[in-house]
Order: sequence, then C-alpha cells, then structure tokens
Amino acid sequence: MRSWVPLAIVLVWGGVAIVAPLLPLDPDRIELSSILAGPSAHHWLGFDELGRSIGDRLIIGARTSFVVAVCVVSATLLVGSAIGIGAAYWGGWIDRFVVWAIDLVLAFPGLLLAIVLAGMLGPGIDNVVLALSCVGWVGYARLARAQVLMLKHREHVVAARALGATPTRIMWQHLLPLISAPLLVEASFGVAGVIVGEAGLSFLGLGVQPPSASWGSMIRDGTRYMLVAPHVVLAPGLALMLVVLAVNLLGDQLRDWLDVKTKTVIKA
Amino acid sequence: MMLYLLRRLAAVIPIMFGLACLVFFLLHLIPGDPVEVMLGEAAHPAEKEALRRALGLHLPLHTQLWHYVQGLVMFDFGTSIFSGRPILDILLERLPATIELGVAALAVAVMMAVPFGVLAAVRHKTVIDFGAMGFSLLGMSIPNFWLGPLLILIGAVWLGWFPVSGREGWRSLILPALTLGVSMAAILSRMVRSSLLEVIREDYIRTARAKGLAEWTVIVRHGLRTALLPVLTLLGLQLGALLSGAVITETIFAWPGIGSLTVEAIQRRDYPVVQAAVLWISFLYVVVNAFTDVLYAWLDPRVRTEESP
Repeated sequence: MRSWVPLAIVLVWGGVAIVAPLLPLDPDRIELSSILAGPSAHHWLGFDELGRSIGDRLIIGARTSFVVAVCVVSATLLVGSAIGIGAAYWGGWIDRFVVWAIDLVLAFPGLLLAIVLAGMLGPGIDNVVLALSCVGWVGYARLARAQVLMLKHREHVVAARALGATPTRIMWQHLLPLISAPLLVEASFGVAGVIVGEAGLSFLGLGVQPPSASWGSMIRDGTRYMLVAPHVVLAPGLALMLVVLAVNLLGDQLRDWLDVKTKTVIKA
Repeated sequence: MMLYLLRRLAAVIPIMFGLACLVFFLLHLIPGDPVEVMLGEAAHPAEKEALRRALGLHLPLHTQLWHYVQGLVMFDFGTSIFSGRPILDILLERLPATIELGVAALAVAVMMAVPFGVLAAVRHKTVIDFGAMGFSLLGMSIPNFWLGPLLILIGAVWLGWFPVSGREGWRSLILPALTLGVSMAAILSRMVRSSLLEVIREDYIRTARAKGLAEWTVIVRHGLRTALLPVLTLLGLQLGALLSGAVITETIFAWPGIGSLTVEAIQRRDYPVVQAAVLWISFLYVVVNAFTDVLYAWLDPRVRTEESP
C-alpha cells in the first residue's frame, strides 16, 4: 500500500467521527419499506434489518470507535507511563508491587478481563472505556518501566540528581523525553487494539447500547440476516478492518520514522 | 533443569492467588446490590436473603474472601444461580470443547505460519515475500467476530461444506478453528520469517551449504530448528489472544465451551459462573505459559544457565 493511503484512511475515519454531529444524518430513522434493502444510488450501503440507513449508522459507528479509542489510549498512555516511570525510578517495594500488578493483569488472556469487567459494570460507552482502560495501562507501564530501568543510571540522570533536581523534574525532563518515542509507537498500535476491543465488546452486547451504533453491534445484528442480506454485515466489517489495517500500517511507519528498535526490552 | 522447572512453577502460585482475589472482587464491582442485580428488584425478600446467605454476602469482606479462596483450593466453585448445578460439573462438561477448539486453532496457526514464514524468508524481497506478508497483515487486522460470520457465509451457506454452528463431528470444527487460528497464524508467520532471516546469515548455515547439502535440508534441518525457538515464546504469549478469542469465536459458532459459557453467564447475570469461568481460562493460560517457558529452557540450554545464579 502506498505510504499515504493508511494516513488518508485514518484521517477520513477521524474527520468523519469529529464532524458527524454536524452532518445531516438520520441513523435512527426507520423506513419500513426498505428493510434489508441492498445498496442503491441514494443509499450506497443499503438498509439494515429495521430499515435504517447503514451509511449513516456506519458514520455514527466511526464516531463511537473514535471517541472510545481517543479516551482509552490517552488515559492509559498517561496513567500507564506514569506508573511505569515511577516504579522503575523509585524501585523497592513500589516496583515490586507494580510488577506484580502488571503480571496479574497480564495473566488474564487478552480481552477476557475487559469482557468480564464490562459484563459486571453493565453496558454503556463509559463502562467500555473504563473496562478497556483497566486492561490497557499495563502495556505502557511495562514499556516505560523497562526503558527507565535502562536509562536511570545514565550520566545525565546521575548529574541531574547530583545537582539536586527533584524526582518529578528528573522523570519529566530527563527521562520522559527519551522514552516518548517508543511509548508513542506503542500507543499507535494501542489504537488498533482499542478499536477492535470496543467493537468486540459491542459485538458481545456489552458495549454501546441500541439505538446508538457501533461497528461491533452492527456486525452482531447483521449476522442474523446474513443469509438474506450479506451487505448488512459486510459494510461495518470492511470499515473496521480497513481502519485497523490503516492504523497498524501507520504504526509501522511511525516506528520506522522515529527509529524505534523493535526489540527494545523483552522482560525486565 | 529440575530446579528451573520448580522455580518457574512456584512463580505461578502468587499469580494464581492474585487472580483469585481479583476475580472475587469482581462481584463487588457490580453497581448496587449484586443480589438484586441477579434476581431482579421484584424478587421476594426471602429469596434475596437466601441467595445473599448462599453467596455469603452477609459476612464481612475478608471472611468472604477467605471462604472463597478456601473453596477454590477444595475445587468448590459454588453453584450456578441459573441452573442450580455445581459450577465444577458445568465447567468440566464444557472444558473438552474449549481444549479441542484451542488445539485445532493452534494447529491451523502453525500449519499456516511455518510454510508462509519459511517461503517468505527464503524468497526474501520477492513477490512471494510481499504476498505472504501482505496476507499476514490482513490476517492480523481482521477481527475474529467478522471473520467468523464471513467464513460461515462462504463455507457453510454458499459452499455448504460445513455446518453453520454447533459441535458435531470434525466438520463443525473447521470453521471455528480457522476463525480463531488465522490471526495467530498471521503474527507467527512474521516471526518465523524474521527469525529465519536472522538465522540464515549465520556461519553454520554457510558451513552446511558448503558441505553440499540440499538447500531445503539446510533451511529445514539447520535453519528452522534454531529459528523456531523465539517463535515458541511468542506462541505461549499468543495463547492468551487465542483463549480470549475463544470467548468470541465460541459465541459465534455456538460452540459449547467455557468461552461461550462466560458470555451466556454474563447475559444471565449468573455471576458465580462468570467468576469461575474467568478463573479457569486464566489459570489455563498461566499454566500453559509456565510450561512454554520450561519447554523453551529445555530446548535452549542458554536460558537456564543464564537464570541460575
């Protein structure tokens, strides 16, 4: 794929998500005469099982995934890095506790903890954000910790400490700038994970509630009518796959551009 | 070696204890009164009180936790609120299906990843390489809850080769195993490729070639054997994605495993079952990961010598 294509896809996704409230959309309007109607000149993507425009719902779904991705990634990046940096810098029992907590969250395979958390907290977009955040901070914390462990005995850090700089200042001014590149690369891949996570939770009925739209819930509803109207499930799935693919490719490009080594640290 | 094995297995215990505690507190995350959430507000007060007592929710928190962990050690997971059966029975009933699906998906992943990865590495920077890696990128980006319905549409509806859902005979296993295995195959094939690319630059590969061995013998016997070591670690880690993917895949295909049980129990608000199912899946993951590490140490003596003081 040409290098600008992923960026273009991500920009369209983000742009559409941001301007969605200003667009003349009617995602909840039901047209009984066009239930499961296929694509037409006026409605490129056709209608779903309730006679709602799939195109309009796709845009609302883009907004859902974008909002969740931005909230979760920014929250987990901030909290996770802060925890990781602090743990590595102070060491001792703080570090041991953080490592234990990280191992504990990682002991839940993949999305399982998020699925259960969302199930227990009840459905809704805020609980989706909360559930995905509870799982997501770990990756950044582990990365930040491993990086700081390598850096904290560097001369400039030792010099700063000798000059009487406060821990906050050292972490903020002397450590964070050096580890921000790998963290940003990790965050860019994190966006893809969160998009899939949100759609997955919504697919299981634990995410965004009707009538609001998510690509995941659109896929779930569509599968019931797949035999008569495959377009209902194809549209949100393709959108989801394209955006995830584009975000992953963009992450690859960002990594090359920032020159982050792939094998930074395996396990500390 | 024995020492390494024991130490690695001992490290599992605090994690399992932590998992049990976390899963215990999950029940207390439910907004409001868990008993009311499970039975509904309209339930009879006596009924609510009975459930509260059965779950031990009237006791102080630390006593509850103690009872919970005690129960786990004795393999007592409580009873299902929905069916009234012991949870252990339900889990044992569902476990074979999940293991069957997991092993099949793993087989799919390895059988796809190794040839793809080897081909891509051997034909480095050719159309085959780009094709294989493009395919792998696609596989990594396609969510299983879309791939599943897509495979049902193609394999079960259009071609009619496989059943749409359920677990009857080997045919019903193919589509779920593909759904679950493809993303893992995608990630593994990249690892096989990059690992083999590194290995085939080594001196001993040149030696093997200089001896006049056939190219495939060099690649498979000498190259792949070393190259698959890092792949093994990734395999263990990817098993997590496989297990959580099983939750979604089992739900799509109505596959009667622990994954679909988790989702059913969440929907029925049968929280003791949710807790137990999550705990089992996580325990399975932790134990399998520990065994991968041990296997790795067994295959690569460097690991255990580095570890021992």
